[in-house]
Amino acid sequence: MATKELVARTGNEAMAEAMRQINPDVVAAYPITPATEIVQLFSAYVADGLVDTEFVTVESEHSAMSACVGASTAGARVMTGTSSQGLILMAEILYIAAGLRCPIVLAEVNRALSSPINIHCDHSDTMSVRDSGWIQIFSENSQEAYDNMIQAVRIAEHMDVRLPVMVTTDGFIISHGLEAISLLEDKEVQDFIGPYKAAYSLLDVEKPITVGGLDFTDFYFEHRRQTAEAMQNAKKVILDVGREFGEKFGRSYGFFEGYKLEDAEIALVLLGSTAGTARVAVDQLRAAGVKCGLLKLRVFRPFPAAELAEALKHLKAIAVMDRSDSLSTAGGPLFTDVRSALYDLPERPAIVNYIYGLGGRDITVEDLEGIYRELQRISGGGQVQETIQYLGVRE
Amino acid sequence: MANLKQLAAKEDLLTGGHRACAGCAAPIIVRQVLLAAEHPVVVGSATGCLEVTTTLFPYTAWKVPFIHNAFENSAATVSGVEAAYQSLKRQGKYDKEVRFIAFGGDGGTYDIGLQSLSGAMERGHQMLYICYDNHAYMNTGIQRSSATPLGAHTTTSPAGKVIPGKKQYRKDLTAIMVAHNIPYVAQTSVSHWRDLVTKVKKALDTPGPTFINVLSPCRLGWGFKPEDTIELAREAVENCFWPLYEVENGVYKLTYKPKEKKPVVDWLKKQTRFRHLFKPGNEELLAKVQEYIDTEWEKLLQKCGVE
Repeated sequence: MATKELVARTGNEAMAEAMRQINPDVVAAYPITPATEIVQLFSAYVADGLVDTEFVTVESEHSAMSACVGASTAGARVMTGTSSQGLILMAEILYIAAGLRCPIVLAEVNRALSSPINIHCDHSDTMSVRDSGWIQIFSENSQEAYDNMIQAVRIAEHMDVRLPVMVTTDGFIISHGLEAISLLEDKEVQDFIGPYKAAYSLLDVEKPITVGGLDFTDFYFEHRRQTAEAMQNAKKVILDVGREFGEKFGRSYGFFEGYKLEDAEIALVLLGSTAGTARVAVDQLRAAGVKCGLLKLRVFRPFPAAELAEALKHLKAIAVMDRSDSLSTAGGPLFTDVRSALYDLPERPAIVNYIYGLGGRDITVEDLEGIYRELQRISGGGQVQETIQYLGVRE
Repeated sequence: MANLKQLAAKEDLLTGGHRACAGCAAPIIVRQVLLAAEHPVVVGSATGCLEVTTTLFPYTAWKVPFIHNAFENSAATVSGVEAAYQSLKRQGKYDKEVRFIAFGGDGGTYDIGLQSLSGAMERGHQMLYICYDNHAYMNTGIQRSSATPLGAHTTTSPAGKVIPGKKQYRKDLTAIMVAHNIPYVAQTSVSHWRDLVTKVKKALDTPGPTFINVLSPCRLGWGFKPEDTIELAREAVENCFWPLYEVENGVYKLTYKPKEKKPVVDWLKKQTRFRHLFKPGNEELLAKVQEYIDTEWEKLLQKCGVE
């Protein structure tokens, strides 16, 4: 078990460090705030000969993902990083990477989408590609970002999965926030991820394969179904890898993490860095006798619906916190999925949705305490006044 | 270089049975290209006629490793394949000598894939990009591209009552690729197999990125009989609409000079896409088509140092 002293790393530094230790065969990437630093740091590793990676300095994120797909189908272990507009410029090829079953790992730094242009954190970018067939893992802090990157390689490359994985951090809040984290030894990382052996490779010239062929009505559906099955298989693999990581290095991971949830009557469900703020709010309210808790979702795709329902079924009222807005008028993406997951429960908790923090708008302990107070009122028999609310916005 | 007999004895690496139209030039070009390759190749293609007609699952016409990713990223995709090759080779995990070829039609190369191509060429990947230029988006039903010649009728530059076909001149993609200062750029035609095969071989033997633009008549889009494909391509070379030349390390060389430069009208008359140019009132446009060819030809002769 790694019991090394703590070191100070930003989220970007932690992710770049993980990439150095993973030592991928190919990285194709393009700069974009706030993910740029990952690419910069990695290019320095390349320049200093610390990695064996062929670093492809593409002219756009679209080409970044295109080159990643090319490299992955040629049997290479492949990684990249991006954010915001970069991620949605990749979107077309993100779907293709998943459909072609390329186990690419992407460091994604969550940032708002234009327009208006804004460089700060929200989850709109990652949410916009939630149906692309990528596994999506959110990180609360630099430590999780680091650990998730290493686990992502194992998850992506598992023969039952072979799907790409994006590991996300919250822009600036995590990407540029300095935190004390524990790093593994290079050898520990290499032993954990193991060597990569692709099932098929374009470079196998003696056994030529055709990648990306045309499916019509007779095969398209079956191939999409296979991708769905891979996503289903990913659930077990994510849990197995998270458990093994815990056994080896002392930090276990699942689909989500509850905080004072088991005996809680009211809870927040959220993603990413806001969990830290929510824990403080929970502690303060618990000290005042409020039976409140928190569920921090780590894995958004595949969506652990049954497991969430089981973990939330005893609650009286839930607030789902969305750091993006679907603009559907029916709630944010996390809300609609969580509410759907609870539908089959014989007794459903009351549930409300708060859209918050768009474009990096700060979220405070007091904001979250206010939401817990509202949940208290609802759980005490009060009516839900508005199911979907925009937190702290000037109307 | 191998002679025709020797080339004909080589295995065809694009097998018959693909779904390309009778008279399509693209598979002829691909077969010539693959015959020219002396090392194993990995091929990529943009979305388009070539890709859809050769990879209809569960079949494939390709006897070499092949990847199709999307429309605008053939160059970026193959650059990724090549990057994997360089990495694995450097690490001692792969030991074969392989060449990389990316194909795209004019839509996927002149238009939507231009950025991807430019980036890949600038980065210096060991790859040959081949554009099979058939002058429009033929796969989606003959829409105009920036490679469509002046005056041509397409479904999005139709010859109407007011507008007589495409209003703009072609983009000179070959010149744009020359401006990238890559070691080898060439223009050739499906009709001139020796010229094509020689250039492909030269490109594949050149260290660094290379580009070849190949004229690829489309019998549906241009409007001619399927058996006339090669003849139409040959005439375009003879009338200097499509000159054969190469630019090696910045030095221009004309690789074929017609004995007699024929007027373009004879070639235009054989294609229904230019039919409207011969109606009364379009004489000026017809003259402009010829003038443009003359001007460009003179410029090219100067660059090649040919009198």
